[in-house]
Amino acid sequence: MVTLVLPRLAARAERRFQRAAAVAGRNVAAARHVGYWWVLVSGFFEPVLYLLSIGLGVGALIKGFTLPDGRTVSYAAFVAPAMLAASAMNGALAETTMNMFGKMKYMRLYDGVLATPVQPFEVALGELMWALVRGSIYSVAFLGIMVGMGLTSTGWAIAAFPATVIVGFAFGGMGMAIATYVRSWQDFDYIMVVQFAMFLFSGTFAPVDSYAWFMRIVVEVTPLYHGVQLLRGLATGALGWGLLGHVAYLIALASVGLVIAGRRMGVLLYK
Amino acid sequence: MSAAEPLITARDLVKRFGDFTAVAGIDVDVHAGEAFGFLGPNGAGKSSTMRMIGCVSAPSGGTLRILGMDPVRDGSAIRARLGVCPQQDSLDPELTVRENLTVYARYFGISRKVARQRADELIEFVQLTERAGDTVEPLSGGMKRRLTIARALVNDPAIVLLDEPTTGLDPQARHLVWERLFQLKQRGVTLVLTTHYMDEAEQLCDRLVVMDGGKIVAEGSPRQLIDRYSTREVVELRFSEATLDSYVGKLESIGERLELLPDRILLYADDGDAAVAAVGNRDLRPSSVLVRRSTLEDVFLHLTGRTLVD
Ligand SMILES: Nc1ncnc2c1ncn2[C@@H]1O[C@H](COP(=O)(O)OP(=O)(O)OP(=O)(O)O)[C@@H](O)[C@H]1O
Ligand SMILES: [Mg+2]
Repeated sequence: MVTLVLPRLAARAERRFQRAAAVAGRNVAAARHVGYWWVLVSGFFEPVLYLLSIGLGVGALIKGFTLPDGRTVSYAAFVAPAMLAASAMNGALAETTMNMFGKMKYMRLYDGVLATPVQPFEVALGELMWALVRGSIYSVAFLGIMVGMGLTSTGWAIAAFPATVIVGFAFGGMGMAIATYVRSWQDFDYIMVVQFAMFLFSGTFAPVDSYAWFMRIVVEVTPLYHGVQLLRGLATGALGWGLLGHVAYLIALASVGLVIAGRRMGVLLYK
Repeated sequence: MSAAEPLITARDLVKRFGDFTAVAGIDVDVHAGEAFGFLGPNGAGKSSTMRMIGCVSAPSGGTLRILGMDPVRDGSAIRARLGVCPQQDSLDPELTVRENLTVYARYFGISRKVARQRADELIEFVQLTERAGDTVEPLSGGMKRRLTIARALVNDPAIVLLDEPTTGLDPQARHLVWERLFQLKQRGVTLVLTTHYMDEAEQLCDRLVVMDGGKIVAEGSPRQLIDRYSTREVVELRFSEATLDSYVGKLESIGERLELLPDRILLYADDGDAAVAAVGNRDLRPSSVLVRRSTLEDVFLHLTGRTLVD
């Protein structure tokens, strides 16, 4: 039984993956035309500017920062991993919410795609793959800067890289699900507000211990907090089992997002 | 699937949008190698039917089988063997003409190498070689339509679905499309197309159904339909007076039937010249007289009391 079913499942998974890769490949082809490289570069500068202004600027006023394990690091070393997480979030959300919505509603791109064997879930997965490729470029560049500024070591930077992909995966999956509920461009204002609130309060600029208990609970259920904690743990070399919890949270978020996105796209486009 | 089984079978097929019934129970069989047409006016339910056949819209009732499979369960497998030219071009505006074909081929799991080769052949086939490297947006409507048709052929489909392939094209562009579709037909590709142009239906379709209000009102080859529902010839009469109604009585019993249109009167007769002579005998003085053969337009007028293109 198993010997019959497994290869068939594997073949099916491979076909699904190939079709998702074809969707991602479409974006690679498009990126060459639309001056996309500028978008790529601009998405990278925002967190770098925050790091320079807040990490170094504010950091000059704060002597050192004591981590839960007792070690002391500079404020910039404390803030930088959070900027990295925020950059992964912003990149993934921009790529998925705005672009997915535009492609679905205005370019009506998926009408053509869904007339082929490609299924809605595979479109979602393919778009997410592309968002991750794009996000990874930002992350590598940002980690390079952190290493250059002595905010982390090369080894921990390498360890943190896959974690940035997981953060991008989580926000990308979520963004895609959100995109299917967006009615018009105005709705993006709400997304921006939530995104910015997460950026400010997810233990980004100060440890969450300093928040009131109810604030802490709110923060701890939102996804950026888990991204920040995961990357901070890795970048500062403060390992603990808790990191696996953050990974599990983020992967669960990505999976739920993808499944919802696939279903909703089916409902919206297979009328 | 046996050789004789139709590629497409619909029985009592229904499509509803909320309370509104767009397709109200139709029966259709399309056989391999056939060019099959849906002819009907705006809102007849042609596109709704095509989208169900294209497995991008689930039937609300009845049964539908395509290539021996169930469109809801095996949609992806069926779509792998269909070529679709939707009513609205859904080309990728950010890609070039060639990329639109190569990228689309990848959705079917076709290798990059084969995709490039196919793209070049198809670009040649629809005469877009000069524009192969241009992005799609500035192309004319006719060029986009041809590219959409080329894209529908990229997977070497068993059935090609064409929803109004030539609507909005100028006569020259339309003739090029017809020529290409005719070539496909000669190669044995099964074509299913919708149109509200009777000349298109006559030229391309081996068999067609006339749809109106979500229902099929007649079925057969263009010739059969004309023989069954119209006379051999038609006399078109125009009069300089605005009140055409008054002539209806005066023309009584000339030919088999008469249709009153806003700008002319049609007399249906097997011998058009004899009918014209009869009109002359009654001393009626039409401002213009035209004798022509019956077309599907006349069939449609007879069946529904309306003209196809409004
Ligand atoms: N998604 C939809 N939601 C609601 N009503 C729809 C939808 N799609 C089509 N309809 C309605 O169903 C009817 C049939 O539409 P359909 O597009 O199938 O007609 P058609 O024969 O293709 O017409 P046309 O020649 O204008 O393309 C129309 O009245 C249309 O308004
Ligand atoms: Mg239509």
